[in-house]
Amino acid sequence: MTNLLEPFEYEFMRKALLGCLLVGFTNGYLSGFIVLRRHALLADGLSHSLLPGLAIGAIFFSLNPFGLFLGALVAALLVVIGGKMIAHSSRLKDDTAIGALYIAAFALGVILLKFAPVRVDLGHFLFGNVLGMANTDLWITYSLSFFIVLVLTIFQRHLLLTLFDPVVAATIGVGVAWLDYLLIGMMVMAMIASLQAVGVVMSIGLLILPAATIYLLSDSYDMMVWGGAFLGMTSAVAGLFLSYWVNLPSGPAIVMVLSLCFVGAYLFGPRYGVINRILNNRRARETPAPPKEPVVDLPPTMS
Amino acid sequence: MSNHRLAIRDVTVSYQNVPAVRNLSVELRCGRCVGLLGPNGAGKSTLLKAIAGLVSMQTGEIDLHGHAPRQSRSIAYLPQRGLIDWDFPLTVRGMVSMGRFPALGGWKPFTKEDRNIVSTALEVTHLTSLAHRQINALSGGQQQRAFLARAYAQQSHVCLLDEPFTGLDTNSQRDLRAILRGMAAEGKLLLVSHHDLNTVPELFDEVLMLNRELIAYGDVADTFTEPNIARTYSSPQPTFALA
Repeated sequence: MTNLLEPFEYEFMRKALLGCLLVGFTNGYLSGFIVLRRHALLADGLSHSLLPGLAIGAIFFSLNPFGLFLGALVAALLVVIGGKMIAHSSRLKDDTAIGALYIAAFALGVILLKFAPVRVDLGHFLFGNVLGMANTDLWITYSLSFFIVLVLTIFQRHLLLTLFDPVVAATIGVGVAWLDYLLIGMMVMAMIASLQAVGVVMSIGLLILPAATIYLLSDSYDMMVWGGAFLGMTSAVAGLFLSYWVNLPSGPAIVMVLSLCFVGAYLFGPRYGVINRILNNRRARETPAPPKEPVVDLPPTMS
Repeated sequence: MSNHRLAIRDVTVSYQNVPAVRNLSVELRCGRCVGLLGPNGAGKSTLLKAIAGLVSMQTGEIDLHGHAPRQSRSIAYLPQRGLIDWDFPLTVRGMVSMGRFPALGGWKPFTKEDRNIVSTALEVTHLTSLAHRQINALSGGQQQRAFLARAYAQQSHVCLLDEPFTGLDTNSQRDLRAILRGMAAEGKLLLVSHHDLNTVPELFDEVLMLNRELIAYGDVADTFTEPNIARTYSSPQPTFALA
């Protein structure tokens, strides 16, 4: 026990633990919505599109977290809205338009970083550094996490309707397009909340892997949302311990813990795991088949 | 109940300036199960979507008991089964419970009365024994009944069904027909797009025959006649795929 608590004799580790708990919980909670809305690749695009905003924030506000936050939010919204506008006004589809814009934005961000008055490490934005969390970072993470969970909880019925059956949701007056933008907005905020802890690229792991893992294990919507939050939180803490003991970068360590859970669920999941399904199929082939039910003929159609 | 009407007045819906439904006016009586017939591209789905408020109309209005349908929530649209991700983590009961959300809004608690309404909806659609089953373990007919149960839980007065009988075996068709008839007997109006002409007399009370324009509407015995079928299906208008 003493060994387990040893890292927390240092203040930076205590802050890192709090940061991991918050970021893991919020991103994990959000991941259920992202997986069910099939926004995983959009999340990837969005994370890259934050970079020019971060660079402009760094140019004008140095490394003030509020400046970075504002820049990242504006950059991501410009890429999403721009992508939707291109898709709407041309024959391109959403994925291509946003894909084209986000990589352009990413390239622009790398170039802009060269003009920042302070030396900015690109790796810091992309992969974060949970051990360097200052009080301001914690406050930003705390407020954004609270806001995201609150908004998602307020709109949970509307979101559930929209995720399952958007057409019917629209017929009963749910603003389907508006909710989609809301979800995208929450994704951007979650990435910004994760910026210092795990970085914008590693935050994708926290935004996709928890619910993807639970989806392979459970058939419950509530489990995907709350179980995702729990898995995100525990994995973030486990990754933090791992990074301390084995001396690994913390963001990648967290994502690796989540990846192991994901692979475990994919292989050994009791119902949807690959190995069990192979074994079940083999068992089914070895037991004699029951007599076939009579085939029912469909009536012929005239049209 | 039987005096209730769904009035469709001079409805025209176009896609990129090509009319899919043109100047359609008809008054449908509630308490009936109405088959919506017509060839591919005749505007069957478009008409259902226009009534549900999913596509905007160029002209015309739709009126149920003096209300525009969008405000009343008393019209339920049941999409084609293929449009739903049946791997969504949801039980049958969970799916049917979503029918209560329009009445409850975002925050009102799910009360005992709501649970009772959901139980009745499951009973009416013969799904009580499957209530705790995952929706991905349902057969086509059961999926269709789950849609109906959700509409029933919504307590909608009008149900619009897009090709519910497609791909169902004879037993499932018969089961679904019995449920639709039961709902019609309660005074609801069921408007069902359908393409298998052989099964029309056994499935529906009335038919609405459509080929971009109204061809005929009335009781099956009087309206589903050879001349009307010929007029509906041998249209001189070129057919084209509609979204």
